[in-house]
Amino acid sequence: MLKGKNLIEPLDFTTEELEKLFVLSNKIMDKPLDFSECCKGDILATLFYEPSTRTRFSFETAMLRLGGQVIGFSGENASSAAKGESIADTLKAIGCYADIAVIRHPKEGSALVASKNAGIPVINGGDGGHQHPTQTLTDLLTIKREKGRLANLRVGFCGDLLFGRTVHSLIRALSRYEGIEFILISPEELKVPEFVRNDILRGKDCKYCEVTDMLDVLPQLDILYMTRVQRERFFNEEDYIRLKDSYILDEEKMLLAPKDMIVMHPLPRVNEISVEVDTDPRAKYFVQVKNGMYVRMALIMSLLGKK
Amino acid sequence: MEVNSIENGIVIDHIRAGLGRKILSYMNIESGDTVALIMNATSKKHARKDIIKIENIREFDLAALAVLDHTATVNVIKQGKIVEKINLDLPEKVVDVLRCKNPRCVTSVEPAIPQIFHLVSPETVEYRCEYCDEIIKP
Repeated sequence: MLKGKNLIEPLDFTTEELEKLFVLSNKIMDKPLDFSECCKGDILATLFYEPSTRTRFSFETAMLRLGGQVIGFSGENASSAAKGESIADTLKAIGCYADIAVIRHPKEGSALVASKNAGIPVINGGDGGHQHPTQTLTDLLTIKREKGRLANLRVGFCGDLLFGRTVHSLIRALSRYEGIEFILISPEELKVPEFVRNDILRGKDCKYCEVTDMLDVLPQLDILYMTRVQRERFFNEEDYIRLKDSYILDEEKMLLAPKDMIVMHPLPRVNEISVEVDTDPRAKYFVQVKNGMYVRMALIMSLLGKK
Repeated sequence: MEVNSIENGIVIDHIRAGLGRKILSYMNIESGDTVALIMNATSKKHARKDIIKIENIREFDLAALAVLDHTATVNVIKQGKIVEKINLDLPEKVVDVLRCKNPRCVTSVEPAIPQIFHLVSPETVEYRCEYCDEIIKP
């Protein structure tokens, strides 16, 4: 039962609970109109202290498609945070208005603070460079639908693995499945943080290797998960400029990839995947976007205890 | 250097040299307490050690002491004799003892949030910030 729970990090749900969520997502995908009044009378609060289009629209669309309504703000200046209000106080107030809330905040651990104070289910919509569990749900659902399994996969993560919260969350979630091999492709400066290595080592029969060259490992992958080098995570603009073009996936590189490999990306992309790759049937990043909306519908329904 | 023995109180011995002052700050010392902080004393266990002696101590945070230096030893003194030796076990969870050093952690901008850490590895004495997962060695 997920009713009343929070989703702050990927391991908040068991693999069995995830499986139920994916089954519900697939049902909604098959017959969306059957679910169009499931959340009638419920209100989702979207608290976006950091700019976002995709995640916010995905949540808002999910709630609207379930027949619910949405309140919220986007940008720190649009909230009382600009007056110096704490996250705890904001969430205590929001808990009086809404039935469920999603928060995105630039500081790591902010969603946990929110969940301890809201009194309603809270979903982490991204807390700084830390975790982004609903992107993880999206990614897992996409892998499950495209590869037919969540175990025994060789998954390459490429780009900014230091600040890429979607990478951290997905690694943590996949570590619970058997036979996952992580190939971590990044420049030295953007390698995964120590806690992510610990997540892998605690996992079920998981292995990892860290490399700097994408071409060497591309032919071995089941999944290539590309990421953007994020300007907003750098304190130093010079470092960003030096590293931003480290890895660019184009048609020529895709010739080296297995025919059944899939390319994923949490989006938005800048230039790390050339647009020419978009028409390759292995490119699944826009499929992810659609899956994301359906899995968020399933998530909202489950946390609110709707059937 | 000679420091008088105490009649009733505690002696924290074998503190790693340099940590005595920090540990003392967690000891709920009140203005009337008799306290001795001995720094850089010679030691068989370490090359140098700090020692704290507190007369008539009421309560203190063993968890905080264990996190700061779990190799220290605590002797409870009554009527001039050691009546109890306390071994320091690393606590699984500590609140407001350690501070997260990650500038991106929510605790860096919201001072009212309690600083909560969980023990990751007793072998390496590593703690994880509850909020941002940053690993620190006290």
